[in-house]
Amino acid sequence: MSDGHHEELSFWRKYVFSTDHKVIGIQYCVTGLAFLFFGFCLMMLMRWQLAYPGKAIPIIGGLFGDARAPGGIMLPDFYNELGAMHGTIMVFLGVVPLAVGGFGNFVLPLQIGAPDMAFPKLNMLSYWSLFVGGVVMFSSFFLEGGAAQSGWTSYAPLSNIAPSGQTAWLIGMIFLITSSLLGSVNFIVTTVQLRAKGLSMFRMSIFCWAQFVTSFLLLLAFPPLEAAGVLQLMDRLADTSFFMPDGLVISGEVLDRSGGGSPLLWQHLFWFLAHPEVYVLILPALGIVGEIIANNTRKPLWGYRTIIYSLIFLGFMSFIVWAHHMYMTGMGSVLATFFQTTTMIISIPSVIILTALLLSLWGGSIRFNTPMLFALAFLPMFGIGGLTGLPLGLSAPDIALHDTYYVIGHFHYVVAPGTIFALFAGIYYWYPKATGRMMSETLGKLHFWPSLLFINGVFFPMLIQGLNGVSRRLADGGATYDFAGAVGPLNKMMSWSAWGLALAQIPFIINFFLSLKTGKEAGDNPWNATTVEWASPSPPPHGNFATEPVVYRGPYEYSVPGSDIDFIPQTKEG
Amino acid sequence: MLVPHIVKPRPDTGLTNGKFGIWLFLASEVMLFGALFATYLMLRVGATDWPLGTTYLDPKWATLNTAVLITSSVTMVMAWAMSAKRDFAKFRFFMLLTVALGFCFMIIKYIEYSAKFDHHYYPSTHVFLAIYFTLTGLHGLHVLGGMAVNAYLALFGKKLYDKDPEWFTNRVENSGLFWHFVDLVWIFLFPILYLL
Repeated sequence: MSDGHHEELSFWRKYVFSTDHKVIGIQYCVTGLAFLFFGFCLMMLMRWQLAYPGKAIPIIGGLFGDARAPGGIMLPDFYNELGAMHGTIMVFLGVVPLAVGGFGNFVLPLQIGAPDMAFPKLNMLSYWSLFVGGVVMFSSFFLEGGAAQSGWTSYAPLSNIAPSGQTAWLIGMIFLITSSLLGSVNFIVTTVQLRAKGLSMFRMSIFCWAQFVTSFLLLLAFPPLEAAGVLQLMDRLADTSFFMPDGLVISGEVLDRSGGGSPLLWQHLFWFLAHPEVYVLILPALGIVGEIIANNTRKPLWGYRTIIYSLIFLGFMSFIVWAHHMYMTGMGSVLATFFQTTTMIISIPSVIILTALLLSLWGGSIRFNTPMLFALAFLPMFGIGGLTGLPLGLSAPDIALHDTYYVIGHFHYVVAPGTIFALFAGIYYWYPKATGRMMSETLGKLHFWPSLLFINGVFFPMLIQGLNGVSRRLADGGATYDFAGAVGPLNKMMSWSAWGLALAQIPFIINFFLSLKTGKEAGDNPWNATTVEWASPSPPPHGNFATEPVVYRGPYEYSVPGSDIDFIPQTKEG
Repeated sequence: MLVPHIVKPRPDTGLTNGKFGIWLFLASEVMLFGALFATYLMLRVGATDWPLGTTYLDPKWATLNTAVLITSSVTMVMAWAMSAKRDFAKFRFFMLLTVALGFCFMIIKYIEYSAKFDHHYYPSTHVFLAIYFTLTGLHGLHVLGGMAVNAYLALFGKKLYDKDPEWFTNRVENSGLFWHFVDLVWIFLFPILYLL
């Protein structure tokens, strides 16, 4: 089956329009990393404006033209454009393609012992749909009036009357949603149908479980946003009034529309996606961290089944918490009570998973290699992100904290030093499988320690600023507002930390490319790991396994008493 | 290289990949149309005056279209049954009939839309018309999609049918599931937009 007939494929079919899940996985990874870097660059520009409002951007200030930055001084509209696109790109074009498309595509079929994904052509289509979406988003910067500037949430009616970049944003989103939809169908079918012989659901790794649950979120939460996108396109192109209330007055003039729509409708449809989306960002990260912790503590994961039940429960609950983003919209106290109750309930499985991962460290003889360092840093960082979220989930404190930098600090702790650190951990961990070579440990540590330092320098002061009431939407970072005075100087420290963080990524970029050539040969199983992907050659050939793998045991049989080596691969007989 | 369980179901799940995939896809479609129906509800509940469907629309045409679509679901099942009985000629007949009925539906829809435009009823006229055009337009796109797949199976399916009739019949079944779903969406659209 696996090496039945080998036909030589042309360069284009092999590396560009490939249907091989490994090639597609790597395409997703590279695209995701490139967009993460691009989104990061947008943010670094914003950080200049926040630290030095009204001063010309040094060196590159002249590049943005008079419409955006006359004399190199950033206009508020340009700031809004950067903000909206930073959020959109980081979430939909950076983290999701990397965490789900990249790791899911590359690792999941290998880890369940499958020869490929269930629908290889659909898989290719889903990558290219993402690619087109990315191109549309990117090129919207060159439209007249610039890219979308109504925030990544695109709240109506502001977004309805925004320049044409918003239309491009909607079209781009529809491509990205299609991509996720095709991908999620593929992941679910692959997980259920293509598991190797002997690999029951409760012998499957935490990573695969996380991807499995994530796919259901993508499958069921994204269509409402697609509907919302279609409705907003209608509002923008066919002059309908889905999100336009009666008698809307813009710049002193009553808008010539039929009215009768509801701006709140957009928020409901948007957050019905966007809350599950938060878990789409987190669950794969938890899965990656789980794999790496078990491998480097040389111990079974603590509470394997508990983690799985928590993942499933999280996935289910994530569909009924969305309106906790909307406490400020004047919802009644009954509705607010419902949503704050579900929000408090959903924090329980998250805490269970984090606790299980933390307890897994207990008594282990830990190997502190680069993947493990990133995975370990994930735990407290994600912890801070989670705990700072609790006050936001309750409607009373949220009224004070809503739309302040506290919110920004909270979710960036979850996604940046949380998820993105876990993704770095995953890259260091599976790089040998993908390329056959190890990444440099020295450069890895040079990447890790400064990143950890600087990333906290960026995000921790946000919590302080937010508690002082600084709004997240001020194009000058609060320089012209009295209440921000005491915490205003923190902006300089945060900005310098952000630029330092950029420098700290240089060792990673060097490592990523240099190790392709000079990295130590990895062999099939460099980490002495138990899961099925390490039974294939590195890099795995087309079809993945030389012989069809058979699974005889659970995923984390490390340090089994009575065994002479400290790990027993899942594929080992007996 | 072929992935397993394309033609023969996996023993422990009882499903082929394609059938499982199409059901998942339909689940996402339920969420898509579900969101639009929820939109309809929210707009209607929030409106000070909501027009009766008959203010703008003519249920005559829609009733005829309902009959056309239900008939096409019957011919779809016949096509699948003929493929399962390994009678390709009859399969092709019923499949083309299904496509023709889909075409019929689109023609009637076209007549309806033109009548609206003649009366200067546009999506921008009223939020009821906005949701009417969006829902029926999106549904129409689904009909076109289903027609394309069915026509492809009827016209270019012979090669796969000769190679592996069971595989081919699975595809007809999956396409049929989608077609019935599109039919079912209309069954909800019809009363909500035209009658209530």
